[in-house]
Amino acid sequence: MSKKFKQSTALSGVSRRTVLAGAGAAAAVAVTGFPAVIAADRSLKVGAYGGYFKDSFDEHIFPEFTKASGIAVESIAEPTGEAWVVQLEQSAKAGQAPADVSMIGQTTMLIGQTTELWAPLDLAKMPNSSNIIERFIHTYPDGRVDGIGAVAWYITLCTNTDVFKEAPTSWKFLWDEKNKDTLGLLALVSNSYLLEITAKTWFNPDILENEEGILQAMNKLAEVRPNVKLWYRDEGQFQAALEVGEIPAGQYYHDVAGLAAADGKPVRSTFPVEGGVNDSGCWAVSRASKKLEEAHVFMDFMCQPEMHALMSRKVGTAPMVEQSKTDLTDEEFAGVSSAIDPVVPNYAMQIQRKDWLAQKWTELITEG
Amino acid sequence: MSVRNSTPGYVLAFFPTLALGVLFLVPFGIMASISVAHRVTGGFYEPGFTLASYWRFVSPFFGGILLNSVVLSALAAMLAVMIAFPFTYLLTRQPRRIQVPVLVGLLAVLSLSEVIVGFSWSTLLSRSAGISNLFVAIGLMEKAQSWTPGFYAVIAGLTYVSLPYATMVLYPALSRLDPELPEAARTLGASPLRAFFEVIVPVSRRAIVACLIMAFVYSLGSYLLPSLLGRPQHWTITVHITDQAIYQSNLPFASAMAVFLLVTALLLVGFTQRFLGEKA
Repeated sequence: MSKKFKQSTALSGVSRRTVLAGAGAAAAVAVTGFPAVIAADRSLKVGAYGGYFKDSFDEHIFPEFTKASGIAVESIAEPTGEAWVVQLEQSAKAGQAPADVSMIGQTTMLIGQTTELWAPLDLAKMPNSSNIIERFIHTYPDGRVDGIGAVAWYITLCTNTDVFKEAPTSWKFLWDEKNKDTLGLLALVSNSYLLEITAKTWFNPDILENEEGILQAMNKLAEVRPNVKLWYRDEGQFQAALEVGEIPAGQYYHDVAGLAAADGKPVRSTFPVEGGVNDSGCWAVSRASKKLEEAHVFMDFMCQPEMHALMSRKVGTAPMVEQSKTDLTDEEFAGVSSAIDPVVPNYAMQIQRKDWLAQKWTELITEG
Repeated sequence: MSVRNSTPGYVLAFFPTLALGVLFLVPFGIMASISVAHRVTGGFYEPGFTLASYWRFVSPFFGGILLNSVVLSALAAMLAVMIAFPFTYLLTRQPRRIQVPVLVGLLAVLSLSEVIVGFSWSTLLSRSAGISNLFVAIGLMEKAQSWTPGFYAVIAGLTYVSLPYATMVLYPALSRLDPELPEAARTLGASPLRAFFEVIVPVSRRAIVACLIMAFVYSLGSYLLPSLLGRPQHWTITVHITDQAIYQSNLPFASAMAVFLLVTALLLVGFTQRFLGEKA
């Protein structure tokens, strides 16, 4: 894979200025014979979600990139949610970039767009980007590209196998009166996507187009409240409770649940008939970054089908390229994804009605 | 105040004032200025002057949350003081070789982060691994039960983290307490319990009030414990502030809530000092 990558870099991943600098460096190499020193000079700060994600990337993914490109990666643990985009924006105002490239969620991409936080990207410098399924190429409203699909993941229905001998089949399981005080659900409207789940399970996704329909979905969702034992913000808290059966069911991340199951924990992740929630993150570059060239090289590298296959195997994320382009077996693909039509987060609703949604959510769903 | 050397008092006061100004007033000023900034839905905020964030807070809904936070913190503070006071009093009556290790042990608790404390309590109160299993084993209960998340779990967590602070505040006052006072009470025929409640407690009233205030303010600022150990109705205002700041990127509203919290805390502290701290 590194061979193919190097080729693409040589063709178009490098600007004229870098080529000139490279020529100077080549001359220096010819004199001193120490190419490694020059390679080590190039570095890139990459933000990845702290914890399990960052650890897996540090162990399996970033070293591959450094090996192939000679660009050192300094990985930065970024918080999930919107805290990171706030930090990036405040730093950018001061001309600083805490990370050059960051993994950014979909709603967060839109927030960054309001202040032109994301540096426009040049697809011509990233020939491998043609591998990425088109809807995962993120753009400004005027068409400039500002993000390239990084990873996709699913939120599914997860259960403890000791407590629930049979896997649930539908999200309707959450509403089942038999499950009083047994569920763990994500605490926020913006990360649980429970409104989208409710709409697809009981109505249709279109009802979330207006406030009346959203309230209808909220009222339906409010019916699950007696069943919810834990509204969690911290994933670790729910995962621990799920594994021991303290809170034996709920919504959780398919990738992490799969890893827990592989570790022998009595946990299973099920794609309900209505589909798992398919969410994804982009690679995006802060406008304050001075490493735009290296960032392009990095993103181009990450767009290779081999890398998406590697991430599926090592990190458990779903590929953002067609399965046929990868060497993932059907079984491996099923482990990280599903053929069932997914629940798609309504990012437009999440962003346009953000404050109103959060307020209603607290009033009707959590505090109720 | 007696001045022993030629350094004038205002020079000495300069550094604390500077530190207070830089570390407290400036951040507070920034927060206050953000709280009146204009919120851009779906974005960040723009500088400006609007009271919209404050008006949003002025509602029965958030009033209820603020009241809940105050009640929860006050309860935890009272419990902490009720446990810490007799404990510290007995501790100060012990020889030094016992006092020192106990105090060091208490200080060690302070080195635990709230995350560890929160997770420990949630395990301790869980059905699968918690203390209720112990009660079942000794025949006190029929079946192991889960006590978290819930009201008592939050109270337990908050009381636990306030306890070392409460002891630290009470310790100097109680160790300076004249041992002749309880002795005199005993000589006059009071039982030890009566001497404790009618002599020692009233004499230490100032320390108790100081301790209550400290434990209260400390609990009021706790974010992790209510969110880890509580159900949504026990989420304190700090949890909502964090949600707004971190998950909603609504810094103006988060700042406005923080200003409300600070003003409420100052008012309550002022009130407590005025009516409980002074000699009646």
